[in-house]
Parts: sequence; C-alpha cells; structure tokens
Amino acid sequence: MTDTTQAAGPVAGQAAGEPAPEAETAEDGATRRDFLMLTAAATGAVGVAGFGWALVDMMNPAADTLALATTEVDLSGVEPGQAITVMWRGKPVFIRHRTNGEIMSAEAANLDDLPDPEPDSARIVGGRTEWLVVVGVCTHLGCIPLGQRSGDSQGDFGGWFCPCHGSHYDTSGRIRRGPAPDNLPVPEYQFVEDLRIRIG
Amino acid sequence: MPMTTAVLRTLALVGAVAGVLGLATTAHAAGETVTPPNQNWSWEGPFGTYDRAAAQRGFLVYKQVCSSCHSMEQLDYRHLTGIGFSEAEVSALAAGFLVVDGPDENGDMFRRPALPSDGFTNPYENEQMARLANNGSLPPDLSVIAKAREYGADYLYALLIGYEDPPEGVELRAGMHYNRYFSGGQIAMPSMIVDGGVEYIDGTEPFVNQQAWDVTTFMMWAAEPHMDRRKEMGVMVIGFLAVFAVLMWLVKRRVWSDTH
Amino acid sequence: MAHASPPPAFKNPMVRWIDSRLPVFTLMQKEYGVFPMPRNANYFWNFGAIAMVMLMVMIVTGIFLSMHYTPHVDHAFNSVERIMRDVNYGWLMRYVHMNGASFFFIAVYIHIFRGLYYGSYKAPRELLWMLGVVILLLMMATAFMGYVLPWGQMSFWGVTVITNLFSAIPMVGDSVVTWLWGGFAVENATLNRFFSLHYLLPFVIVGVVFLHVAALHVTGSNNPTGIDPKGPQDTLPFHPYFTIKDTFGLVVFLLIYCGFVFFAPNFMGHPDNYIPAQPLVTPAHIVPEWYFLPFYAMLRAITFDFLFIEAKLGGVIVMFASVFILFLLPWLDTSRVRSARFRPIYKWFFWVLFVNVLILGQVGALAADDPFEMFGISFGFISATTVGQICTFYYFFHFLVLLPLLGKFETPLPLPRSIHESVLPKGARGGGPLPAGAAAKPMGKA
Repeated sequence: MTDTTQAAGPVAGQAAGEPAPEAETAEDGATRRDFLMLTAAATGAVGVAGFGWALVDMMNPAADTLALATTEVDLSGVEPGQAITVMWRGKPVFIRHRTNGEIMSAEAANLDDLPDPEPDSARIVGGRTEWLVVVGVCTHLGCIPLGQRSGDSQGDFGGWFCPCHGSHYDTSGRIRRGPAPDNLPVPEYQFVEDLRIRIG
Repeated sequence: MPMTTAVLRTLALVGAVAGVLGLATTAHAAGETVTPPNQNWSWEGPFGTYDRAAAQRGFLVYKQVCSSCHSMEQLDYRHLTGIGFSEAEVSALAAGFLVVDGPDENGDMFRRPALPSDGFTNPYENEQMARLANNGSLPPDLSVIAKAREYGADYLYALLIGYEDPPEGVELRAGMHYNRYFSGGQIAMPSMIVDGGVEYIDGTEPFVNQQAWDVTTFMMWAAEPHMDRRKEMGVMVIGFLAVFAVLMWLVKRRVWSDTH
Repeated sequence: MAHASPPPAFKNPMVRWIDSRLPVFTLMQKEYGVFPMPRNANYFWNFGAIAMVMLMVMIVTGIFLSMHYTPHVDHAFNSVERIMRDVNYGWLMRYVHMNGASFFFIAVYIHIFRGLYYGSYKAPRELLWMLGVVILLLMMATAFMGYVLPWGQMSFWGVTVITNLFSAIPMVGDSVVTWLWGGFAVENATLNRFFSLHYLLPFVIVGVVFLHVAALHVTGSNNPTGIDPKGPQDTLPFHPYFTIKDTFGLVVFLLIYCGFVFFAPNFMGHPDNYIPAQPLVTPAHIVPEWYFLPFYAMLRAITFDFLFIEAKLGGVIVMFASVFILFLLPWLDTSRVRSARFRPIYKWFFWVLFVNVLILGQVGALAADDPFEMFGISFGFISATTVGQICTFYYFFHFLVLLPLLGKFETPLPLPRSIHESVLPKGARGGGPLPAGAAAKPMGKA
C-alpha cells in the first residue's frame, strides 16, 4: 500500500489534487520544478507501465501452446452419415462425412434466411463436399452441441443442437435458429492425402 | 514379452545401484579438479551475442554424436529457430526424427515423423535403460548443462577436448576414461568427438576443437535461449533507469534546495 | 509524534466525497504527506521504502509466475524451464523474482544494520524493532520455501537438511520432521505444502509490515543524531522531501538490481540447482543461498555436545538464537545515547560485528573441513569450522556482554542541542551537556 505512494509519489500527489505543502520561493523556480517533477513522474509511469505490460503479456498463450497448432486425422474409417470428434488446440473438432441428402439440404438453404449468411461452398475445402469440418463449440456461450453420436438430437435442421440454450445448426454447421450469433467456425485445414487431413 | 521386461528391469535396477555407488566412490576419490581455461566466447560481455553459425554447427554435432546417449528434454525442434534456422528448415529437420505418438484408433502406439512442436527425441525410454546401456552410468540430460556446471561453457569445452592417457599411478576403473577436468578424473563417457566425425555444410573444417567449440556454443544457447534478448533489453532498461536516476537527482536537488 | 494537522481541503469533489465517508485521503495526507520526518535522515533511511517496493515486486512477479508453475515433483523443474523458454517474458519475471529475493535481503540487511548503528531499536521504538525482527523471520521462511520450488538438487537437499534440523528437538523431533514432510522423506507432499506456504507468507509479511509502519508513525523516524526532533525546525514534511529522496534512492537501487537481472542473473545462484532433484545423489557440497550463510555458519559451528545438549540440537538452538536475540536487543543495549555517532567505543564494535557477520558468511560458504579463506587468501593454519566457532562466540558476546557493559562504561560524546543545530555549519555548532530528550527514554507523549 505504502510503497506506491513512495515510488510514484509525485503521481499520487497530483492525482489527489493536493496542494504542495511548502511555500514556493520564486515563480520561475516553481515552474522549472513543476516541469522537472512532471517529467520524472512521467518517466516513472512509463517504467511501471512497461513492467506491467510484460506481466500482462505473461498471461497470453505461451510459445509451446501456440506451437501445438496442427493435428492430422485419418478419415478412412468414417462412413457416410457418420461423424468423428478430434481434439485440436484443446477444442473438439467435428468431422462429418455427409450424405448426399445432407449436402443437398445444406446447399439448398436460402442465404437470406440465415442469421450468418454463408454459402455451403465457402465452408468446405478442396471441393470435397462430402466432408464437413467445424470447430464444435457453440458460438453462443461455448457449450459443445449435440449431434455427433447416433441417438443425439441433431436439432431441427439435421446438423447439431446445443442443449444449453437451444441453438440449432444445419448440416453445414450454420446457425439457423436460437441465440448463437455465428456459424460454427471452419478451422484451417487441408487434405494431405485422399482420406487424411491436417488441421491447423 | 513381460518376462524379458522383468529381466531388463532387474538388470537396470542393478545397473542403477551400481551407478550410484560408482558416483559415490567417484566423489570420494575426487582429487584436485582442474579449473578449465577461460575462453573468449562470443556471448560474453553486456553486448555479446550467440554465434549462430557455430550454434547451428553445434546442433549438427549434438544430433550426430551426443544425441545417441544424451537427451535434451527441455527442447522442442521449434526452438531451433532461435539459432537462425528457418521454419521450413526446422520442419525438415524435425521430420528426420521419429517420435512415438498415439494411441491410435486401435489402441496402439505408433511412430511418426516429428513435428516442430515435438520435443527432442530421447535416446532411451527411461533412466534404467540408459544406465543399462552405459555401464551403469546415466548420461545427463543436456538441456541446461551449460548452467548446471561450475565454469559453464569453459568447463564443457575443456572436458570435451580434455581426454588424455591417465598419468602414472592412476588406475582406471573398468569402462572409465581419464579426463582431468571431470571431478575425480574418471569419466564414463568416452571421447566421442573425432576429427572429421561430422561433415559441416558451411565448409568449416570439422577438427575436434572446432566441433567441441560449436557444440558448446549450442549447449550454452540451449541452456539460456533468451540471452540475446535479455541483454538487448537490459541495455535499454539500464539506460532508461540511468536517465530516470539523473532526473530524480535533479528533482531531489531542486526540491531540497529550499532547506539549506 | 505526528502533529495534529487541520483537516486537509481536497479540491476534487470526488475525493472530498470519498474522504468524508472513508478518510483514506486524510490518512495518506497525514502519514505520507505532511508527516514530519527528521530533516537530517540520510540515504540509509531509504532502505525501508526500498524493501517495501521489493516486497511488492516479489509478490507481483510471484503471482504471475505461479500461474505457470506446477508444484509437483514430476513437473516442477520442467514447469520452471517452460517459464524460462516458452512463457512470454517468463525468463524475465523468473530472473526478477530470483534475484529479487537477494536484493530484498540486501535492502533489509542494510535497513537492519542502519538500525543497529543509529540505535533505532532503542526506546521508544522497541516494538517497532521487534516487528521488524518478525518480518525478518517471515522473510527467511518464505525465501527458504521459495528456493525449494524449482526442485533442483540444491532445492531438494537444502530442504532435506534444514527440515532435518527439527529432528534435534528432544522426544518429538522425528515426529515433527515427518509432519513437516507429510511423508517419510522430502517428497511431493512437502513440495506442495511449501508452495502453499510460500504463496501465503508474503501476505502475512504485508500485514506485519503494516504494523511496522503503523508503529513507526507513532514514534516517528529516528535520525543520524538519535536526538528527538524538538519542533518544526527539525523536521520536513514527508512529501515531497522524502518521497522524492526515497524515489531517487530506489531508482539507483533498481539500477544495480537490474544489472544483475539482465547481465548476471545466475551470479548469486548455484549451478547445482539446474540439475533436477535426485533423491539418491547428494551434491558434494550443500550451501544455502548467500543471505543464509552467516546463520548456516553458526548452525555448523556447534560441533560438540554441551552439557546434556547434543551438538545437533546445540547448532539449531544457536542458529535460531542468533535471530531471536535481536528481540532482546532494546534491553541488552543499556546506553542512554542512541546513535553510534556519539558513542566512540560502540562505533568500533559495530564495525567489528559487521565484519564478524561477513566472516561468518564466508565460513558458511566453505566446506566444514576446508582451511579458512577469504578474498582469495587462504589461512591454512585454521579451519573454517574453528573460525566459525570464534565468530559465533563473538556474535553472542557482542549482544550479551559487550552491549550491556558498554552502556555502563562508555562516555558518550556531547550531543548537539537539536537536529537543527547539528546540520548547521561547523562554526555555529556548540557542544553542550546532554539535553533533555536526547536519551532513549520513553517519551511521555508516546
């Protein structure tokens, strides 16, 4: 408590709007002194701010966390209509092998009806319309939507349904109804082989 | 399979105990340890920085020589960008190592080429295996070795080139080698660096001294990877504080001027 | 001591609003604004404020480091290395914290020796001094537990040796040690509780520092003459005179501190602590951090049984006594004059004690059987242990015999009539008999 007063004395004094307790001798001396004091206080503030920034930045993701960026997934065992979940950067990624019906329903959606308009073609990679890869975290408040396992509710649009606050996603992972503001994001990924993708 | 494991384990345990006893006797037999000569390293002084070319060559020496027995558990391949390798070079370097991953869908562990985010591969699966393979001695992890020994880099360099025939009256124990820079004079590690033992792509002649110098540079960097940044920031911080100190001194003199 | 000041008029209406409901601004104004400081307090009076800043630096960096540290025997060493390599500015904060411990002790030791020299422990500041000793003890405990956390070889063996000291307690010693460990050896449970306490104790220190400062503000600060201020001509308001002076001293201190953090961060550390803890291999030579060396030397000085007290227990008693004796200091020193400036004989013994503690520190760093050496000069004819025993004896002799006797036999120099007079040019100064208030008698007002 007390150290701040002493370390940043001038700053604290000015912030509190306290009058300098001692009498000023000369007008000129007083101005020069005020200028010096202000410069010193500003320098101290810069120093403290720099140290503070380093501390704040310490809480950002560390280099090893940032480096865990890629995950490779083998898709060979996933039949049409099936879905798998893999972990990427600590989050679930939904990979669905879509049936023709699902693809058609995704492509048929009228963009004007979507809260977050985006054509299905923009959400697939390399023209492989049968594969949909999305980050499985509801864009509302971070729950994991249902719809991956057989028997799960897939919502009213055949995609995913978030049980927390009732968001319905379609077969392209787009939000159709409910409080979620955005579509399920598509992570950066590419096909390294015919049935093998690298996410990240 | 379980039978062999059990046998291996027992052997390893025996090795471990022997190793500890060996270490203990070494410590007792410790005579005078010779102070390693002081070298002129590029990173010394407040403005010194790592010689990145030497560190890169040193990594090659580590990879081709040291890594067959010594782990560097604190390092990931991605860290190598710190000694000037590009990200593509690091990816290519990493891909040359196989790491264990898994379990896969069938519950099996499998090997795959390493990614930059993977740690340096370990030569042994565990300490017991390492001791078993090394006559009871444990090759130390080299991640921070340059900070974990007195005289640091000077010591490592002196040790690497310090192998010689034992003087009269010194009887080497089985599997030991004479090196007067090592505490007690007897070290389990043989002299591993030989002239031309590695091939440098930058045309530097791979003499023993050069390799030892390079690998020591690499070890120092591995132990203290942010040293360049630290010193750079230090110069700025000291400069800043010096200006601040002068300012405060002026303020102090001014404020106190009416008290005399 | 603080003069009753008229209620300060704050211009800012928000400040006025708060202050009329919770007078924090009035309090700050009274204790750090107009608070009267002896005008002659020299730069040694900076170190209280510097120590306080160091405490804050340690707490702040410690909190952020703990966000990345894992108190588990399998992960502690690696998590510290991860901080050093991968965490943003992790290397910086780790080195600031690591060297911060040393510089916190440097500040506090200077603060303590300043108190010893100028008699700041004498009446009416006995409680103030004793609270300071409590802070020192808490700091020692905190630093010791903090050193365990990186889980290097010195961490492990340091904690093993120091916790084993408690086995010297008759009857219950072994149970106490098992209780401290939470097991039958230093292990994960030990590391975990030490982390917990290392996080807790600094806040206890903050609490005691608060009491220390509160007590200081009752008696007011001592000063180089040891004479009580007689009136406004002897004092200056704390702000701006001492806020500015403290800040200047602090910045100079930070300069040196940062020199170590950025250019020699491992200078005060031990290489062995970069080797992960190995419960089967003891390092050849276990040494504590430098700030414990004098006490460690006194611990090891007792190599003989004394009456029914075994050597081990004797060492523990002597080590703890070397700090606890400071609690009694206000009563051991019988001198009526505070400042060594006016105590011609004590002044010399003060420096002898200072050198004695330095030698003890050197003894603590040497192996017990080594011949004594200092500043590179070897004294082959005498072993480190013998030097340690002589110095330990002298340490207690100073406090238990010299100080009580000195006060009776020493003739103090004539004291100046007032602080104001003492800072006047030499010619204008007049000696005189002991003026009232110069002696360390409890003040009626306090």
